[in-house]
Amino acid sequence: MTAAVEPERTGELLRLAGVRKSFGGNVVLRSVDLEVHPGECVVLIGASGSGKSTLLRCVNLLEVVDDGLITFDGRDITDPRVDGDEVRSRMGMVFQAYNLFPHLTVLGNVTLALRKVHGVPAGEADERGLAMLERVGLAGRARSRPDDLSGGQQQRVAIARALVSSPRLMLLDEVTSALDPELVGEVLDLLGELKDDGVTMLVNTHEMGFAREVADQVCFLHDGVVHERGAPEALLGDPREERTRAFLSRIRAS
Amino acid sequence: MSRDSTTSGLVDDWAPSAAQRERDAWRRRQTVRSTGVAALSTVLVLGLAGAAVVSSPGFQRVRETYFSWDKAVDSFPAVLEGLWLNIRVMALCAVLIVALSLVIAIMRTVRGPVAFPLRLLGTVYVDVFRGLPLLLVLFLLGFGGPALNLTGLPRSALFWGCSALVLSYSAYVAEVFRAGIESVHPSQRLAGRALGLGYAQTLRHVVLPQAWRRVLPPLMNDLVSLQKDSGLIAVLGVVDAIRAAQIETARDFNYTPYVVAGVLFICLTVPMARLTDWFARKQGFHGAGGML
Repeated sequence: MTAAVEPERTGELLRLAGVRKSFGGNVVLRSVDLEVHPGECVVLIGASGSGKSTLLRCVNLLEVVDDGLITFDGRDITDPRVDGDEVRSRMGMVFQAYNLFPHLTVLGNVTLALRKVHGVPAGEADERGLAMLERVGLAGRARSRPDDLSGGQQQRVAIARALVSSPRLMLLDEVTSALDPELVGEVLDLLGELKDDGVTMLVNTHEMGFAREVADQVCFLHDGVVHERGAPEALLGDPREERTRAFLSRIRAS
Repeated sequence: MSRDSTTSGLVDDWAPSAAQRERDAWRRRQTVRSTGVAALSTVLVLGLAGAAVVSSPGFQRVRETYFSWDKAVDSFPAVLEGLWLNIRVMALCAVLIVALSLVIAIMRTVRGPVAFPLRLLGTVYVDVFRGLPLLLVLFLLGFGGPALNLTGLPRSALFWGCSALVLSYSAYVAEVFRAGIESVHPSQRLAGRALGLGYAQTLRHVVLPQAWRRVLPPLMNDLVSLQKDSGLIAVLGVVDAIRAAQIETARDFNYTPYVVAGVLFICLTVPMARLTDWFARKQGFHGAGGML
């Protein structure tokens, strides 16, 4: 199962070909192939431990792949000569548990990367940060500490923090899994609006309703590979593969 | 979550692709290169520094006064014998300090108005003995204690010196323990009490085991510090490694015995420091909550 390393085609923003990742003897990703086009929202589904989070971390170069090719913006980012910080500065990532910095204000969280990574002057950074907070409906809480916010608000701040430096690609890792049920909606609504704004997203989620409404493409990750992929109606409504069917019925039963 | 058992043990016929082999080779070349650069620069810096020291005008005198081999061999047995005393003092004091400071820490963390005198006593103790210089406590107890002629208490300088060390160190270590106890999330106490455990039982079976794990690295740091400070009892005339070295030095004003004592102390603390490092690493992260 070697990676088919071929010159990248144009068109897609992100392409994975034969990506493999193992931890010790535990092979989590065997050979993952995936494309994300500009403006597209690709949703990854799969059981716990199927490697969805690992996949996002590999894309963000937080994990070094064992094999395979990842091209981002037409460049091979698995090349060890690539500057990972520079690549990450063009992606936005949102975590399951928000991971906001508790010692900074909401605005401080949102503007940190602008000021320290992108070299934006403090005044302009605050302006852009406030505009972004306005966008996620939290301009009034700019001076609050993250701990004083609800989970849904914190996650919206985390999304604003990732979005404020205009990343080419947003990586969202189970962003609603830590939220109380009544707070899930506000975050998913925001993601839907981002999609309408043309933000490119690669999303891990267990929210099948979101996948159905917002995704352009749904990929079912199983056994270390993309087991089945397709348009949301087709994949979620009438999956071809037995495994996909079984996974979806387990989700619905709960 | 990536380590879930559902995907473990996938068997496949993976062999690295050409691109991966090329990347691996590049990484290996980088490693070899940086190792080479590191080795070269280390040799260069150490060589230059060594040459500068050896060629400096006073070097010959320094060597005779501090690094005389014969003097070192001569004084070694006496200093080593003194060090044995340091080791015994350190071991005994460490045990007493842990016991006393744990009591103080618990006194300081007990809640409720009834326990106010306990908290006050603990706080005053810590304030006093953390504020007093260790040397002053040593003088007070080491010279004053035997002169009191108290019945039932020995008059040896060693006993009073150890008491001073225990009293002083317990104040610091109690604060370490208290920080550990307070770092255990309140929800843990709540869960313990919800099971029907009493206050003391919760402390003993839920809070302290977690606190202990967290504070062990800083505690070991204090132990390293105690190993050296056990030498301070030399000021009371007890013949430990430092005092033995002083006696040897006084004969001919050659300071090599001090260097011998210093090297021995370092040999004593380095294993302790490595053990601390290893333990802290093994423990991993125990701070505030979060998910990865």
